[in-house]
Amino acid sequence: MAAEVVLMNEVESKAAQLGIDLSVDLNSIQLPPGENFGIVSDDEDVYLDDQLEFDSGFGNVIVVDNLPVVPREKFEKLEGVIRKIYSQIGVIKEDGLWMPTDPETKKTLGYCFIEYNTPQEAELAKEKTNGYKLDRSHIFAVNMFDDFDKYMRVPDEWAPPEIKPYTPGENLQKWLTDEKARDQFVIRAGTDTEVLWNDARQSKTELVYKRTYWTESFVQWSPLGTYLATVHRQGAAVWGGATTFNRLMRYAHPQVKLIDFSPGEKFLVTYSSHEPSNPRDANRVVINIFDVRTGKVMRDFKGSADEFSVGGAGGVAGVSWPVFRWGGGKADKYFAKLGKNMISVYETDIFSLIDKKSLKVENVVDFSWSPTDPILALFVPELGGGNQPARVSLVQIPSKAELRQKNLFSVSDCKMYWQSNGDYLAVKADRYTKTKKSTYTGFELFRIKERDIPIEVLELDNKSDKIIAFAWEPKGHRFAVIHGDNPRPDISFYSMRTAHNTGRVSKLSTLKGKQANALFWSPGGRFIVLAGLKGFNGQLEFFSVDELETMATAEHFMATEIEWDPTGRFVATAVTSVHEMENGFNIWSFNGKLLYRILKDHFFQFLWRPRPPSFLTPEKEEEIARNLKKYSKKYEAEDQDVSMLLSEQDREKRRKLKEEWDKWVSEWKQTHEEENLERQKLRGGEASDEEEEYEAKEVEVEELLDVSEEVLPFEE
Amino acid sequence: MRPILMKGHERPLTFLKYNRDGDLLFSCAKDHTPTVWFADNGERLGTYRGHNGAVWTCDVSRDSMRLLTGSADQTVKLWNVQTGTQLYTFTFGSPARSVEFAIGDELAVITTDPFMELTSAIHVKRIAKDPTEQIEESMLVIKGPQGRINRAVWGPLNRTIISAGEDAVIRIWDSETGKLLRESDKESGHKKTITSLTKSADGSHFLTGSLDKSAKLWDTRTLTLIKTYGTERPVNAVAMSPLLDHVVLGGGQDASAVTTTDHRAGKFEAKFYDKILQEEIGGVKGHFGPINALAFNPDGKSFSSGGEDGYVRLHHFDPDYFNIKI
Repeated sequence: MAAEVVLMNEVESKAAQLGIDLSVDLNSIQLPPGENFGIVSDDEDVYLDDQLEFDSGFGNVIVVDNLPVVPREKFEKLEGVIRKIYSQIGVIKEDGLWMPTDPETKKTLGYCFIEYNTPQEAELAKEKTNGYKLDRSHIFAVNMFDDFDKYMRVPDEWAPPEIKPYTPGENLQKWLTDEKARDQFVIRAGTDTEVLWNDARQSKTELVYKRTYWTESFVQWSPLGTYLATVHRQGAAVWGGATTFNRLMRYAHPQVKLIDFSPGEKFLVTYSSHEPSNPRDANRVVINIFDVRTGKVMRDFKGSADEFSVGGAGGVAGVSWPVFRWGGGKADKYFAKLGKNMISVYETDIFSLIDKKSLKVENVVDFSWSPTDPILALFVPELGGGNQPARVSLVQIPSKAELRQKNLFSVSDCKMYWQSNGDYLAVKADRYTKTKKSTYTGFELFRIKERDIPIEVLELDNKSDKIIAFAWEPKGHRFAVIHGDNPRPDISFYSMRTAHNTGRVSKLSTLKGKQANALFWSPGGRFIVLAGLKGFNGQLEFFSVDELETMATAEHFMATEIEWDPTGRFVATAVTSVHEMENGFNIWSFNGKLLYRILKDHFFQFLWRPRPPSFLTPEKEEEIARNLKKYSKKYEAEDQDVSMLLSEQDREKRRKLKEEWDKWVSEWKQTHEEENLERQKLRGGEASDEEEEYEAKEVEVEELLDVSEEVLPFEE
Repeated sequence: MRPILMKGHERPLTFLKYNRDGDLLFSCAKDHTPTVWFADNGERLGTYRGHNGAVWTCDVSRDSMRLLTGSADQTVKLWNVQTGTQLYTFTFGSPARSVEFAIGDELAVITTDPFMELTSAIHVKRIAKDPTEQIEESMLVIKGPQGRINRAVWGPLNRTIISAGEDAVIRIWDSETGKLLRESDKESGHKKTITSLTKSADGSHFLTGSLDKSAKLWDTRTLTLIKTYGTERPVNAVAMSPLLDHVVLGGGQDASAVTTTDHRAGKFEAKFYDKILQEEIGGVKGHFGPINALAFNPDGKSFSSGGEDGYVRLHHFDPDYFNIKI
């Protein structure tokens, strides 16, 4: 018994050393039913390929080359040195170090093999010691043993690559050419993932594609809507196509947790975090940047979680996601990462740092890109107990020149909000009051596109109001703020330019005492949904900012998510599985009319398929807006046709149902009559069948004397 | 439509039943006392004292003279409706879940729950005209369905018995031999426990409510599925209007989860559907807690609902109700 216990201890300590987590609770793993666990695999050949690489069994062996060639006397000394170097990195297996010698001269051959306990250790050793200088003439060349095969297979003679005949690809943007100009969305409920058309005219959805177990954690559209990304244990995949969804590319990244597309959807960033081999270390983080179309890894980043979690609000598992923030608009030209006292800006042409160095900024804690231009806004907090003020700077990339800087005094925290066209930047600064006991909030508004970038300071009418939410009008000049400490806060609208006041910000209106805590602007501007989520149980107010009036108020009880469709015509509100009941989604028109409602248990995700920006010039758009009547005529006629057809169909359907029912009832009546006598007998001769009796007695006089309405207090 | 609130029970309601004339309403609750009310104004007329456990069900004879009640105290009692005296007590080894008089009131079907080593069962008893001649023996005992049988009713001409319960299957039995004649289709049938079953006024079809958040309408003879009504909540109780083509579904989340959410979250509404078009017409709110029982007055002009909150709400329809067009 005792021996067994020791053995178990040994196993555990070994496991801990190697970073193997033995504490997996097998009961917690639930597999779907069926032999293949419900996952229909259509690509076993690909999976087999992946498998082969692991099966060679030499994944944990490295080859160290460029060792000194030593005679037999010095063999042990050299071996000692190598062992010392490599056992620092991981546990070398017993007899795991083998340095072959020439059988004739008894000298070493200048290389050796090292076998580690795990492939991870071998990988790490390769990374750390490749290029290690033992002395001037002996620089280590370290490779994985498995890689040798690969290198050996490279043919000696160059053969020109076979040119494949061109096969035209599918039109991945086909969905944009829908005749009825509908939009698509994806929903995930239970094990099913469905892409659906929003057919608002007929108040229903139309299925585009449905798949069970399509993803293992979540799905995500690319920013222009071309691809739908699914996330699996082995990596991510993107799907798309003209009429259905085919897999277009796979991106291998074991245990991927998070993904992020670049705004122009050229690149895909994948992230995973792994338990460290030494429990005291931070988690190991792996980030890959793939080219979306070719599937090639453009650059990978590996390191401890600490390196990737500087600044930011923490986010997922200590890393503030996205680690890499994309800049320079849709061209996907730059991406940047916050580091300690620096911002590392990478260029996608070369996939390395601009000018080979990071942007040094002491104590920087946050930064954000302009959505359209290669401009960085960064924030440095107050230092030295207020001796050095906090600061917000705008930095041009790639020149790294500072465009504008603003010092802020006694600031406790700062948040940056870009307007979607990159015209304005609002910096929300929380300042200490004189006593330093509380804070109040003000806004610094930067006009990026104007000469010298003028800055304005905006304070709310009541300075001590807490800011609950802030949102710019997309493509517009206005913004909305929810503020106040009451349970029912106020909402104010401001404009950066009004007709009589072009250079200054001015307040448009304040709505008092609203049940709202979140703002959702229509992507086209002009309209906004003032939403009361969480504590307010899903109150919705559809508000027109042009007219400054409420179009409709409604409620989607317990709603957790609100999303405008990319055209600003419809709003989707959803209750996801954070709540047990009510799961499902509602589709509303932009002015707050409930179009339809679909209930789904275990509802996880609702995402509208994004649309790429319109090709129309601003002038053309304006022209359309001016002559909207002319353009809308056609669609109105169509709408009317559809509604005529619908009511026609509806009537037809109802008539059919009624007929069926009547037929069934008359059949029943007949047999019922036939059995009448028997029934009487059962009742001991009592004659009546209830129906006749009631109809015969129908004598009722109703007289309306008075109608009065009263409010009943107990309902609420 | 201002409801009449009838507070007489101290525990959640379990069952409601109108007599044939529609002037009396019988209510059962988890307290031990079935109660009878005037169906017109909701005045309490009397109680039936004697049970020693939750009363799950009742039925009243065609002439409104006899009341049959089934209780968790493992007995089914026969009462004199007028005087409230016990006429006879049937004893079983397990709680009685449902009772129904047959056409002619000479037979009654009683279901009992699985309890200890006993399985659930359907009993057919002969009800003597003179209570002094009443005998304990069952004419027939049917066993077979897994789990509780929540309801068993008579088919046309007392020839069959229709049962439904926890195994989500509806079965039609021969009432003479106890042979299983039909079973509801697994595909089209309910997916979870069937909680309630009610027959149409003429007995041609019946409606079942289930925890799978749906109610289904079936042909009494052929057991073919006629209609399905989808809802957002588990259905605890169903009723059918004898006058219009309306069905009423009541339900809500589990009583145990009620206190954790806003009262609106539970959807404790009685929902009206068009029987033929299967479309929702409207709802009647009011109960603080799920609805456990529903019954329509045989004249079709009022209905009552009983809730987990211990209230019976008696609703007389507004004139508007009879003109609903959809």
